[in-house]
This record gives sequence, structure tokens and C-alpha cells, in this order.
Amino acid sequence: MYAYDEFDQAFVRERVRQFRGQVEKRLDGSLTEDEFKPLRLMNGLYLQLHAYMLRVAIPYGTLDSRKMRQLAMIAEKWDKGYGHFTTRQNIQFNWPKLKDVPDMLEALADVGMHAIQTSGNCVRNVTADHFAGAAADEIEDPRPTAELIRQWSTDHPEFQFLPRKFKIAITGAPNDRAVTKAHDIGIRMVRSEQGEPGYEIIVGGGLGRSPFIGKVLRDFLPRAHLLPYLEAILQVYNLSGRRDNKFKARIKILVHETGLEEIRDAVEATFERVLEEFEYPSDALISEIASHFEPPEFDNTQTLAFEEAQEADPLLRSFVETNVSQHKNPAYGIVTVSTKPVGGTPGDVTADQMRVIADLAERYGHDEIRISHEQNAVLPHVRKADIPAVHAALREAGLATANIGLVSDIIACPGMDYCALATARSIPIAQEIAERFHALKLEHEIGELKIKISGCINACGHHHVGHIGILGLDKAGVENYQVTLGGDATETMALGERAGPGFAAGELIPALERLVETYLDLRRDRSETFLAAYRRLGAAPFLAALYPEDERHAA
Amino acid sequence: MAREFKPQIVTANDLLLGDVIYLTKAGNWSRRHEDAHVAVSADQAQTMLAHASARQDEIVGAYLAEVTLDDSGTPHPVHFREAFRTRGPSNYFHGKQAEV
Repeated sequence: MYAYDEFDQAFVRERVRQFRGQVEKRLDGSLTEDEFKPLRLMNGLYLQLHAYMLRVAIPYGTLDSRKMRQLAMIAEKWDKGYGHFTTRQNIQFNWPKLKDVPDMLEALADVGMHAIQTSGNCVRNVTADHFAGAAADEIEDPRPTAELIRQWSTDHPEFQFLPRKFKIAITGAPNDRAVTKAHDIGIRMVRSEQGEPGYEIIVGGGLGRSPFIGKVLRDFLPRAHLLPYLEAILQVYNLSGRRDNKFKARIKILVHETGLEEIRDAVEATFERVLEEFEYPSDALISEIASHFEPPEFDNTQTLAFEEAQEADPLLRSFVETNVSQHKNPAYGIVTVSTKPVGGTPGDVTADQMRVIADLAERYGHDEIRISHEQNAVLPHVRKADIPAVHAALREAGLATANIGLVSDIIACPGMDYCALATARSIPIAQEIAERFHALKLEHEIGELKIKISGCINACGHHHVGHIGILGLDKAGVENYQVTLGGDATETMALGERAGPGFAAGELIPALERLVETYLDLRRDRSETFLAAYRRLGAAPFLAALYPEDERHAA
Repeated sequence: MAREFKPQIVTANDLLLGDVIYLTKAGNWSRRHEDAHVAVSADQAQTMLAHASARQDEIVGAYLAEVTLDDSGTPHPVHFREAFRTRGPSNYFHGKQAEV
């Protein structure tokens, strides 16, 4: 794992010292809220519906047991004993007091963490495949590249006041688990025909009010040219991105309104100039950083005990089927720890649970933990022989829900239960869906089905790319939920199609039940997922299930 | 035609704690919406808001919220967002619902 160097440490400590002074000035009246607000946002501190919220960066979703234990300590000492993992691989604390925040930031700095650039119109936390360094399908570990981008973008003087926030995601595998096509810049690690390592650069993706699938700007960018090329894209965006209208300020609008070819020409021309200014080629820097991400020493011993334990324990078997993914080393598995027990709040983990995850990572997982954009935790390197013990410990901690990829593994933003921007609640809807399908005992029968819920048009819950997307809105002073169908967050990305009029909260769950029953009736067999069935059959039978009244009227 | 005035209260967030507060008739801040002073005219509402907004050393982001009055004259929020703010999140017994 990458450890802060002296520069990083000094920089973060200085920011904490500055912010402590700024808080003191706000509290003694020397700073007005208008003056203070941009300063607190620069340090990840928002004011939400019921309280302040501190958003902490977890770069590319990677942390270790020491960091996780510190997050647990912070949750207990200065918050209400839990943290909320987000779709940006961050963690949010929902109840800090203003006077405590400098101490919280100090505690983060103690373990090489911070909340810098988790807000504002700058390059936000760089996200990556949560199976990085472990996945069987990986071409290369994307984290050294992600770390380079973190170092380049942190406090970059030119990119602190972009037209809008800017999000970069990177994957090292052909199977996209990082939603790269829905980011301002998506980076896919590829190989040239000659086998050279490089990147496919995707630009202009994004969800929110105007969703767009990113477009390929460069098929192959040599690794040495990464930073100058990113610098060129950011320069073009900084110069040409719209600043007259907040809703049209993202690079996706610039690409859409200007056209990909014109943007490409501008970026390539800028790149030629920028390249001359870069003293160090990116590949040399990445190679230097890569030494911090060397794979652990794997124990390649394979044992029958893992198979035997599954045969003896159906709960373990079910857990392995859904929550364990293929590791590059056949003796190992990737264990995803669900933060979504039936009736729970997606992404919420208590301090005690954080410590359990930390203990398991230390004891069985080479001290590595990841946070996924789907709001789950991941132990990327667990020896198969140890998975029964890990499962037993997770069960005891209430963390063994076997539902990864299933109907209750829902992405849900905090919604109007916490967020000042939200127009409706998300969490109770996620809870009701999980409880309903659990009661029907249908979850495993249904198989893979991604439901994603956002409490407002900003789409933090990624509803546009849910197989079933749900958008909470305010319709004449009442919570109302619009359904989209057929979205896909992977390398075959698709934006969901709006099904029709929204549903009142009480109507939504029965409508979803009709929808899923229709899928079960129409699918070819158990191997045909909801998304595959939707693509084969089109929207009509699913719309008929959602809106049976319309059918009656049409008859 | 001018929109008919509906009763309003002033609400904000406490500077130190961040929690939801309401301006009372005595000019203090209460965590209970039932204690909020109700403006019965647009002029009165604007005066109350100006008074509250000037107190930046105590609060953040004062604004007016519409209410209905029950038989005893106690204000209750009209919009569901303001109703959520009177108690706290729906997934935990946290916030004002646990503290008041």
C-alpha cells in the first residue's frame, strides 16, 4: 500500500493547521459563513439536512487495517458510531460537530488520510476497480496509475477552480467494475498490438441531470504520456467548459455541444505543447510508485478443506456463490463484505464492524481492504482455506449477507434522510425492496439484478445505470419515484429508459414486484439475467407489468 | 395576482452543532418546531428573516418555511422535507427525535 512521503505528510498537516485556525475564526465571528463556507468545503465539510457531514477520501478505495481502525475510532469518538461508504469510494461521517472537525482531520492525518478535494470544483477522489491487484481478469493493477493521478491532481494550482467538479475512474481489467464510461475521464488499461502497456482514454461520461456515456478520445495512449495528456484534457476543459450555467458546466456537456472531433483536435494540439513541459515521463513515475503495490507473497497451497466446508455448510456455500470472486491465484478468493443486510442502510458500517473487517484483513487478507463504488467492503486476497473462518467471523458481526449482485445489493444515496440537495428519500425505499424480496424468498431465484436509487437528479445513486433505476422526486410536495429500465454500469454501458409516470412511495414496491415476476415468467432459463431478458424482449412486457392500468385503458 | 400569504417560520442550522433550529417569539433559537414564532404577514416574515440572518455567530443558512397551524395555534411543517427536519433521519433514532 502506498504510504505518504514527507511532502504528503507536511502538506496534510499544514492544511489541518490552517483549517483549525479557520474554524476558530468562524466561531469567534472573524469569518462570516459566506467567507467560511468555501474553506470548509475545501476540507470536505458540508452542512446537510440535520448536521454537518465530513467526507473523507479513500483514494481508489484502498485502505489497510490501521486506516480502517482509525475510521472506527473517529466514528465512535466524534460521530454516532458508524460511517457511510459512498459510490465514490469515500466514507462520510454524518454527525460531526464543527469544533471537533479539526481534531478529526488531525486523526486522519495520523494514518495518512484526509478530506481534501472531496468537495469543490476540482479533481475529486480518483476511483478504481475494487478488485484491483487481485482480479483474475486483470491486465494490470490500476492502482499505481491511480496513485500517480492522485499525486498530480492534489492541490494542482491550475485545476482548483474548474468549471465544475471533475471525476476520474480507472480500471485495469476488460470487465469494467469502475463505471469508467460514466466519468469525466475514464481510463482503461490496455496493451498495444506490440504488447506495450498503455491506456484507452474515455471522456465526457457522466450521470446526473443530463446523463451521457463517455466517448473514446484515444484508443491507445502510451503510458509515458499519461499526465501530459490528462493535463491537456483538463486545460481544454478549464478554458472552454461553460461557467455561465452550473447545469451545463461538466465536460460531458462540452463534449456533447462541441463534438468529439473538435475536442480531440483541441486536446491533441494542447498535448503537443504540454508534453514539452513535462520533465518526467509518467511511466517512470508509475514504476516508482508500483513498488508500493507489489502483490503480497501468496501461499499457493490448495486444500480440499474449502470444498468440504461448503458441502457441510449451506450458508457458507451460498456466501461463496455470491460474495466470493475469482482471484488471479487459484488458491485465493476475493471476498466482498456486504454492507447491505436486509433492512439495513446501504453503505453504513458500525465502528465495531469496521474493526472486524480490519482484524480479518490483518489476519487472513494480507492487510488489504477495498471499498467498492457499490458501497461494499472487499477483502481482495483471502486464502480459500481461510474463507470458512472469515465467513464465520463476518456472520458474528452481521456482515455475512450473501447478496452481492442480487436484488438487495442496492446502491442507494443518502437521499433526503441526510442530504440537503435531495428531493426524496432513498434509504427507506432500499430497505423496503430488500425486505419485500426477502419475504418472498425470491432473491436467489431472481439472480443478478442491480437496483440503484437516487434521491435527486444528481444521480449519486447511479440510477441511470441500474438494471432497474429509481429516482426520487418531489411531485407537488409528495415523494414520488420514477423508474428507469435497462441501465448497465459495465463495459457494455447503457442508460436506463424512463418507464413512464412515477410512483407514490406506497405504489412502488408492488410495481417492482410485478416487474420482477414478469421477468421470472418470461426469462428463457435461470441463466438469462433481468438485463439480458430486457434486451431480448424490449420494454413492452415490463412496462405492461409496471402500468397494468394503461393496458386496461388501451383494451 | 399576488400569492396568498401562508404562515411561515424561520428555520436554520446551529453553527456549532449543525442541527435544525427555529426562531422563537423571544428571539431565541429552539430545537422544537412547536416553539417557532409564526409570521402571519409577508412583511413580518421578511423582518424575522432579516433579524435571524444577521445572527451569523449563532446560525447558518436561515430561511422561511411554510407551516399550517393546528387548533391551538402550534405550527406544523407543510413540506415533507421540513417535516423530516423536525425529527431526524428515518433509518435511525438519531438527531432531534432522540434528543428532544
